[in-house]
Amino acid sequence: MKRIIVCVKPVPDPKHWDQVSMDPITQILRREGIPTIMNPLDRHALEEALKIKETQGTEVVLLSMAPPFATSILREGLARGADWAVLLSDPAFAGSDTLATAHILAAGFQWIGEPELVFCGNSSIDGSTAHIPSQLAEFLDLPNVMHVVGLDWLDENHMIITQKIERGHTKLKASPPILLSVRKELNKPRYIPFTGIMAAESKEIKVLSHANLGLDHTLIGLEGSPTKMAGLEIRRFERERERLEGSLEEIVQSLVDKIQLYGII
Amino acid sequence: MDFRFSEKEDLLRKSVREFAENEIPTKIEAMEETGEFPTELLEPMGKLGITGVITPPEYGGVGLGYVARTIVLEELGRVCAAMPMAMQVHHMACANINDYGTDAQRGKYLPPLAKGETMGCVAVTDPTGGSDVVGMKTTAELKGDKYVLNGRKCFITNSHTSDFWVVIAKTEEGAKGLSAFIVDKDTPGARVGRKENKFGLRGANTGELVFDDCEVPRENLLGQEGGGLAVAIKTISETGRTGMAAVGLGILTAVYEEACKFASERTLYGKPISSLQAIQFYLAEIFSQLEICRLLCYRASWLRDQNMRCDNEAALAKYYTCEAAANAAKKAIEIHGAYGIMREYRIQRLLRDAMVTIPSGGTAEIAKVVLARAALAPFKTKS
Ligand SMILES: Cc1cc2nc3c(=O)[nH]c(=O)nc-3n(C[C@H](O)[C@H](O)[C@H](O)COP(=O)(O)OP(=O)(O)OC[C@H]3O[C@@H](n4cnc5c(N)ncnc54)[C@H](O)[C@@H]3O)c2cc1C
Repeated sequence: MKRIIVCVKPVPDPKHWDQVSMDPITQILRREGIPTIMNPLDRHALEEALKIKETQGTEVVLLSMAPPFATSILREGLARGADWAVLLSDPAFAGSDTLATAHILAAGFQWIGEPELVFCGNSSIDGSTAHIPSQLAEFLDLPNVMHVVGLDWLDENHMIITQKIERGHTKLKASPPILLSVRKELNKPRYIPFTGIMAAESKEIKVLSHANLGLDHTLIGLEGSPTKMAGLEIRRFERERERLEGSLEEIVQSLVDKIQLYGII
Repeated sequence: MDFRFSEKEDLLRKSVREFAENEIPTKIEAMEETGEFPTELLEPMGKLGITGVITPPEYGGVGLGYVARTIVLEELGRVCAAMPMAMQVHHMACANINDYGTDAQRGKYLPPLAKGETMGCVAVTDPTGGSDVVGMKTTAELKGDKYVLNGRKCFITNSHTSDFWVVIAKTEEGAKGLSAFIVDKDTPGARVGRKENKFGLRGANTGELVFDDCEVPRENLLGQEGGGLAVAIKTISETGRTGMAAVGLGILTAVYEEACKFASERTLYGKPISSLQAIQFYLAEIFSQLEICRLLCYRASWLRDQNMRCDNEAALAKYYTCEAAANAAKKAIEIHGAYGIMREYRIQRLLRDAMVTIPSGGTAEIAKVVLARAALAPFKTKS
């Protein structure tokens, strides 16, 4: 196998989600001062690619569509072991929904050159739509298996994929080229080795703009995004409370009834 | 002057933080209970680069230097200070052998140390020594092609977990009569003595080494005969004190985080106590101490990386940071009220750990002796 592309996305660190607030008028999330991390499932996607690299010497390329600050998570991916990275970044991409993003990422694939394997996280922890992998597979004309929790290679061209389904697992036999979207059960991502950090300094992060990709402007940004957000509200979760009234006997009886009703005993 | 960390250093911190937060917390309870160092973490720490962070690449290390080492120790210490305590002494053994070893000694000992396959320690203190290093009674007598060691070392970090020991012993009387030796733990006549039962840094193993007509081959002399004081002083003042300072810094970071978290969560009079000005002043003091100590610790390590003298700066960083960590932990316990002294809360461990850093690597008073000498140097009159 020659090349694996791993899609990675910068997301706000969930440890700081209590600091995220929403501008009540513009309904835009305020995330100033919240650190950015690599989407956790993307680390599992990268780990699986690195395991193949170790046995087959395959080139691993990272691909991200994001603002320029995303170079920090790409550098981290390079330190973990990827070979080089491509960042698709342009103000024209701002406001892209999942469809427009998939168009842009697909153009990135064309630029890098066809891979045999593509790994994505199953979903990102911020948007959580889980749209991108399937949309991307459609544009790239690749088969897509989601919810991948196991990958066993029979030989360099045949794999058994374990896919999590609602009540259990399915096993699928597949061959590259294919796009796999992975869940966290798939593997335990490696830590960032210090030697990798040093090696990453000289690895390339290629930044490509709208002009480099030459996409039709109707496909990207707000213009290329059919998704329209109807509204955004902050939901508050509170315990349900109820005050039982009446005589002592009545209160105890209704408490017992409730305990039985909710199946507590 | 540039006070920023590089992208590489940020990534290093991220790497160690991720490792420490994932791998160490599940070990803490056992460390606290048994006083044993979790040796199963040596292999993953070796893989990551923690054990070999200052060892040059030609000897299997990653050779990232002292600022990097301080980042590593601080991040480990933020989660559990016993870990960097053990590591910092391990690094002292690496530095000793790298600085003073022959090619053969370096080739034999450094690669497994760097990879975490073996662990090392440095044994200077003996019951009659302590601050008075030259007052030690452990002796080494040359007989034929062997040195025969007799005596006892105490308060030695990694005593029971190390595969070999760098030992300072007397070959003659006086300051020029100390010599350093590499002693394999299985050498006949060498054994470990008691394990200390400390109230803090419990997961870092501390104990005795005993020498009873222990015959050490002559090629295990580290540096020159009579050069042992230099070996000890260079390692303690450069590697040991920057290391202890970093352990203190890790504790101080944890104290700061625990204090702010608790003060933001604890509600009294309908508001978090962080809105009380008295509590805010405590938090401001802790925060100031942390910022001051960061500057001191990283400056000392940076000087060492430039191969500049750093003994005064390292003594200052060590003394000031370890005291600051203990003082801040005490304040943070007060912020916690009664919760602060309960075992379930981490803050009480931070005070115990901080207290133990104070004598380790040289007491505060000894640091002040060094600093007073530095302070008075420009005013010295010829007498
Ligand atoms: C957790 C821990 C780990 C340690 N690990 C190691 C190790 O790995 N290797 C090793 O060799 N040693 C180790 N030590 C020993 C440590 O280096 C000594 O404890 C330290 O040097 C002080 O010696 P002492 O405890 O004998 O105190 P003493 O020297 O007996 O000091 C007693 C008191 O007298 C004060 N004092 C002494 N001399 C002076 C002076 N000239 N002026 C003013 N005040 C003075 C001291 O500051 C102190 O307050 C460790 C200690 C601890 C607590």
